[in-house]
Amino acid sequence: MKYSNRTSLVVAASLAAMLTVAGCHKHNPAPPPPPAPPATAPAPMATITATPSTITPGGSATLTWKTTDASNVSIVGLGQVASSGTQTVSPTQTTSYHLVAQGDGGTADATATVAVSGAAPAPAPITETGIDENAFEQSVKPVFFDYDSYDVRPDAQTTIQADANFLNQHPNLKVVIGGYCDNRGSTEYNLALGENRANAAKQALTSAGVSPDRLRTVSYGKEKQFCSENNEQCWQQNRRSQFTLDQ
Amino acid sequence: MILSPPRKPAVFRIFLFLALLAVGASGLQAQDWVRTGTNLGVSKIRIAAADFKAGSADPQTGGLKSAFDQTLYNDLRYAGIFDVVSKSMIPTATPGSPQEIQMAQWSATPVSAGYVAFGALTANGGHLAVQGFLYNTAQGQQNPQVLGKQYGGEATADSARQIAHRFADEIIQQLGGIPGIAETKIYYVSSRTGNKEIWVMDYDGMNARQLTHLGTVSLSPHVSPDNSRVAFSSLGKNGWSIRMYSLDLGRLTAFPEWGGMSLSPAWSSDGTKLAYSSARSGDPEIYMSDASGNGARRLTAFRGPDVSPVWNPKTNSQLAWVSGRTRLPQIYIMDSDGANISRMTDGGYAISPSWSPSGQFLTFAWDRKYGPGAPGGYDIYVMDIASKRWTQLTHDSGANDFPSWSPDSRHIVFQREQNGHTEIWMMLADGTDQQQLTHGGGSNTMPNWSWK
Repeated sequence: MKYSNRTSLVVAASLAAMLTVAGCHKHNPAPPPPPAPPATAPAPMATITATPSTITPGGSATLTWKTTDASNVSIVGLGQVASSGTQTVSPTQTTSYHLVAQGDGGTADATATVAVSGAAPAPAPITETGIDENAFEQSVKPVFFDYDSYDVRPDAQTTIQADANFLNQHPNLKVVIGGYCDNRGSTEYNLALGENRANAAKQALTSAGVSPDRLRTVSYGKEKQFCSENNEQCWQQNRRSQFTLDQ
Repeated sequence: MILSPPRKPAVFRIFLFLALLAVGASGLQAQDWVRTGTNLGVSKIRIAAADFKAGSADPQTGGLKSAFDQTLYNDLRYAGIFDVVSKSMIPTATPGSPQEIQMAQWSATPVSAGYVAFGALTANGGHLAVQGFLYNTAQGQQNPQVLGKQYGGEATADSARQIAHRFADEIIQQLGGIPGIAETKIYYVSSRTGNKEIWVMDYDGMNARQLTHLGTVSLSPHVSPDNSRVAFSSLGKNGWSIRMYSLDLGRLTAFPEWGGMSLSPAWSSDGTKLAYSSARSGDPEIYMSDASGNGARRLTAFRGPDVSPVWNPKTNSQLAWVSGRTRLPQIYIMDSDGANISRMTDGGYAISPSWSPSGQFLTFAWDRKYGPGAPGGYDIYVMDIASKRWTQLTHDSGANDFPSWSPDSRHIVFQREQNGHTEIWMMLADGTDQQQLTHGGGSNTMPNWSWK
């Protein structure tokens, strides 16, 4: 019973606070309507460059973009991005990156192209039976997610593309996509979130040409972890969709 | 002034506390506080439990008697409606019958008991017999006997504890006005075998027993209102599905696999319906079906996780659940046809709702300051549904989750993680009298209180 006095006081105080707050709310006037947007918003501007603009197969280039007066900035194929930024890309074939900046004053866009020189090396003929779990995981890399999010990040698009390329070269392989979460938060909620992560990876692979019939999702939530430290590096390792052979 | 003074008895505090939460600023007066359906008086009853008299010299008697005495004492103490005379203060006399009790010993200070429970326990040839009495200690009564009961069973410690629970529930029913919880069970998940399996224990943490032996990951047990079945979710070759364990048959029974992840089953209080989360559409949504898994209907349709549904046990016409539709999970309620969705929490990370038997309150786990990089600690809260007023029950004691109401509305069982270990605790519904029920041997999580 050692808590009793303190608890009663806390309860009394918090209830008193609630009553006061509730009383105040009753007398609050209706909030003013939100201010209308300015009649003439400045038109957005957008620029994007790729350095270098030509790469060899397997190489990478850096995209650098800048926008002004835009509230919604995206690069086609990479999704939503910050209003200004840089990102490393490794396209396997010549690719144009189309920057779109939308704001109250209209839309602006710009394009940078990364050319891939020479023919891509012919893929080594791999027999389906020669692929074990290790070889598979060497080739089909996991996709990582932001905290409490199941959106495939722009920086995961290259991973998804490489994973899809491998799976498209090995059409007989079937895949389990495991959805994983870091160890914070609720067991049940994380299982649902892990399912959303696995499904987001499945949809990204499907968009990249992999038949959904070959892909099966299982959420592991926070039930199976890749590491167990309580720091952001480990949490990030655990927030993933992991691909394994469906045997 | 309707605030509780600090020295009011515990039972008064709890229900004043819940009722205040409920009536809030609506200006109702004191007589309206007692609207929690618990039918309680406003003063805590002072009661003494005498050590029972050993009725035979059978060598088993000593152990059985101490199991019985301790269980009865704890049951009265945990009930939340008594001021129980401490063991160190009770008279050494062990009256075995009304003829042997000297009432003045129990009514005088410092014992000052208003009621006294006493009796005799006899082990004989493998059989246990208990005579239990409850007497009003007030002088000059026509009929001081409140209860006189006889119980029989096997001469085992478990049987002695079960008889003590039955006698305690009789006392609690008689003096507290509603059935006690001493005979209830708690279903939970334990990893003490190395795998997360479904277990059951008595409400006081004793008599733990493993139900499933699936060797995988089994979670979220929810017992049916008639105590005949336990629904839970389990990881199999094809992902998560809902499984059904028959307590009558002592084994798993057939239950449909719908395809797609199925999680967190919850019974309606009439036992005819289940609500659960299913990702058969590719996105986890809330569904309901009949108790055999047929006639599934989808209730939610919004991108993002929807999980952990519970029914309003008073009406079975509403559900509370957790949705990530605005990103961080929040508690929502809706009608059981999916209409009239209302968000209950205003931010943070809010999960694991349990609906009070009266239909009036939700308890849930909440981290109001949750954010990227923040440690994952959270506490148990109670909210009055009509006003959305809430109050915090746990403070500065690890990460608390999965609260579940007791059938008497007076208690909440929950899990607490401290120093890397997760154990099951219970407390009174105002957050006081916190008791740890499990002690190691792996993690003990996701408690679910039986309906009776």
